Amino acid sequence: MKGNEALALAAIHGGCTHFFGYPITPQNEIPEFLARELPKAGGLFLQAESEIAAVNMLYGAAAAGARAMISSSSPGLALMQEGISMLAATEIPCVIVNVMRGGPGLGGIQPAQSDYFQMTRGGGNGDYRIISLAPATLQESAEMMQEAFALAQKYRTPVFIVSDGMLGQMMEPVELNKSRSKERVAEQPWILTGHHNNRSPRTIKSLRLDPAELEIHNLRLQEKYKRISQAEVRFEAYREVDAELLFCAFGSTARIVKNSVDDLHQKGYRAGLIRPQTLWPFPALAFRSLPKSCRSVICVEMNCGQMLDDVKLAVEGRVPVHFYGRCGGMIPEPEELTARALDILSGDSQ
Amino acid sequence: MSVIFSKTSGLTETATHYCPGCTHGIAHRLVAEVLEELGLLGETIGCASVGCSILSYNYLNVDMIECSHGRAPAVATGIKRTVPEKTVFTYQGDGDLASIGTAEIVHAAHRGENITVIFVNNAIYGMTGGQMAPTTLAGQKTTTAPEGRQPEFSGLPLKMSEMLAQVPSASYVERVSLHHPKYIRKAKKAVLRAFTCQMEHRGFSLVELLSTCPTGWGLDPIDSLEWLEANMIPYYPLGVFRAPEEV
Ligand SMILES: Cc1ncc(C[n+]2csc(CCOP(=O)(O)OP(=O)(O)O)c2C)c(N)n1
Ligand code: SF4
Repeated sequence: MKGNEALALAAIHGGCTHFFGYPITPQNEIPEFLARELPKAGGLFLQAESEIAAVNMLYGAAAAGARAMISSSSPGLALMQEGISMLAATEIPCVIVNVMRGGPGLGGIQPAQSDYFQMTRGGGNGDYRIISLAPATLQESAEMMQEAFALAQKYRTPVFIVSDGMLGQMMEPVELNKSRSKERVAEQPWILTGHHNNRSPRTIKSLRLDPAELEIHNLRLQEKYKRISQAEVRFEAYREVDAELLFCAFGSTARIVKNSVDDLHQKGYRAGLIRPQTLWPFPALAFRSLPKSCRSVICVEMNCGQMLDDVKLAVEGRVPVHFYGRCGGMIPEPEELTARALDILSGDSQ
Repeated sequence: MSVIFSKTSGLTETATHYCPGCTHGIAHRLVAEVLEELGLLGETIGCASVGCSILSYNYLNVDMIECSHGRAPAVATGIKRTVPEKTVFTYQGDGDLASIGTAEIVHAAHRGENITVIFVNNAIYGMTGGQMAPTTLAGQKTTTAPEGRQPEFSGLPLKMSEMLAQVPSASYVERVSLHHPKYIRKAKKAVLRAFTCQMEHRGFSLVELLSTCPTGWGLDPIDSLEWLEANMIPYYPLGVFRAPEEV
C-alpha cells in the first residue's frame, strides 16, 4: 500500500467522517482513495473548488460536529493558512495533512521538507500553534493519523500530519488498528446544532474588538499551547547514548540518516540521531541534556535549513550545530551524510 | 387591546450597531421573521460574513458561525453536508460576495448546495469606510474612486444575481429592494421563498437585497432611500432571475 493510501485508510479507521480536497501532486492518492472508500464507510467526500474553499468547508463541517480532515501539498497549504488561523482562533478540532513538495512558488513535485516553517511557525496571522506530527514510516503515518483525531478532540485544536512526497509515494507493509473506528464525536457545548428553542444561541467566532477581551482569549490559547508542549512532545532517540556526533532529522530524511549512523558505527565512529516526531511542540528537551560524549550536532533536512533554528535554540550554544541540506526535490544519499559527518568528526567542519 | 405588531423572537434584545438609516437592520428582521414563521429558529445555523454584518450573530436568535472574508458559502457547505437536516444560510455583503468571495459563491451555486444566501448589496464597502466595490455604480463617488467610478478604468458594476442565475445548478435567484415598505413586503416574500426552497431540498437559493449605506454614500437616510430608487434599481432590475418550477 502506498503511503498516501495508508494515511487515507488510517483516517477512515480513525473515525474520519468528512473529507474535502483539491487535486495537487504528490497527495492525490489521498482524495482519490477517500472518494472511493469514505462513502462506503458512511462518510462524505467532497471535491472543493480550491484549497481556500476546502479549509473553510472543513471549518463548517467540524463546527457542526464532523470528524473532518483535508489534505494538500505545499502551495495548497499556503492557500489554506488564513483558514488555519481561523480554526486555531475558534479552537475547532480537525486534521490537516501536508504531503510536502519543493518550493518556493510552484517549486516542484518531488519530495521536500521546506514547509517546516509553514508547519511550525503558523503561516497564518496571529499568535497560535498547531500540533505537527511528523511520521517517518508508513506504519507511523497510519498510527499518527489515527492519533491526530484524538489529539484534535482532546485539545480542541487543528492537528497537522507532516508527510512528504517520498513517504506519500513509497510502499511498505502497514498494520492498522481498527478498534477505534466506531467512536462518535461526543456532543460538545460549542458544536452548532441549532438551539432547539431550549438554550441560548451558540456562536463560533474569532472577532474580539475589545483589546482586553482579545488579550484574555489569546492568553487562554497560550495556556493550552503550554499544556500541549508539556504533555505531547515526542521524539525517537537512536544510538544517542554515547554519540560524539548527534544528527537531528525528521520524516523521510531521518530514515536516510539512520543508514548513515549505522554506516559511521561500522567505520568506528559514534553517531546518533534525534528524530522529532512532533515538530511542534519541538523536542527541545532531547537537546537540553545532551550526552557528555556529544561534541557536535548536525541537522539534516530536505530544505535550506529550517528546523535548524529550533535545534540551535534547543542546543543553546553548548556545542556547534552544523547543517546539511538538499532541496528542490533532491534527496540526500547516506554516503553524502557520512562524508559530511566524517568532516565534522575530523574537525574540518567547513 | 389586540396586538397587531410585535418584535419577532428571531431577533435578540441586543441593540444593533448599525448607522441610522442603514437597511442591514431591516434585512435582519426579514430573516428573523421568516425563520420564526417557518418554525426554524431552533433548527438553523447561520454564517456571518466579514462586513458591517459580522456581528449579526449578536442580533439573530440562531446558532451562528463567523466566516473569513468571502468564505461563508464554503463554510455553509461544510455545515450543510454535515447536518443536512438543519437550515443553513449565509448573510453576505457585496464586498464579501461579489469581490473576495466570487469563487465560493459561484461554486456553492455550481454544486447546487442546498443553502440560502442573503446578499446585501449596498454598492459599497461599508465597514472599511466607503471604498469602491464591484457593485459600485458608474460615476458613484467612493473613498477609492474619489472622482466617481470610471467604467473605462474599473469596468462596469457586476450584476451578481444575473450571473448566478446562469449557473446550471442554481435553483432560486431573486433581486428585491429595501427602500420602501411596499418593496420590503416583497422582499420578505422572496426571503420566505428562498428558505422554503431549502426546506424542499431544491438546492441553492439566493436573495439579493438592494440596500442603503448612508454613511458610506455620504447621504442622510431619506436621501439614501431616494438615491437607491433613482440609481440602483435602473441598473439592478428587480425580479426573479431563476426559480424552480413550482415555487
Ligand atoms: C482578508 C480580509 N481582507 C479585508 C478585510 C477588511 N474588510 C472588512 S469588512 C470589508 C468590506 C465589507 O464590505 P461589504 O461586504 O460590502 O459589507 P458592508 O460592510 O458594506 O455591509 C473588508 C474589505 C478583512 N476583514 N479580511
Ligand atoms: S457603514 Fe453603511 S453598511 Fe455599515 S452600518 Fe453604516 S450604513 Fe450600514
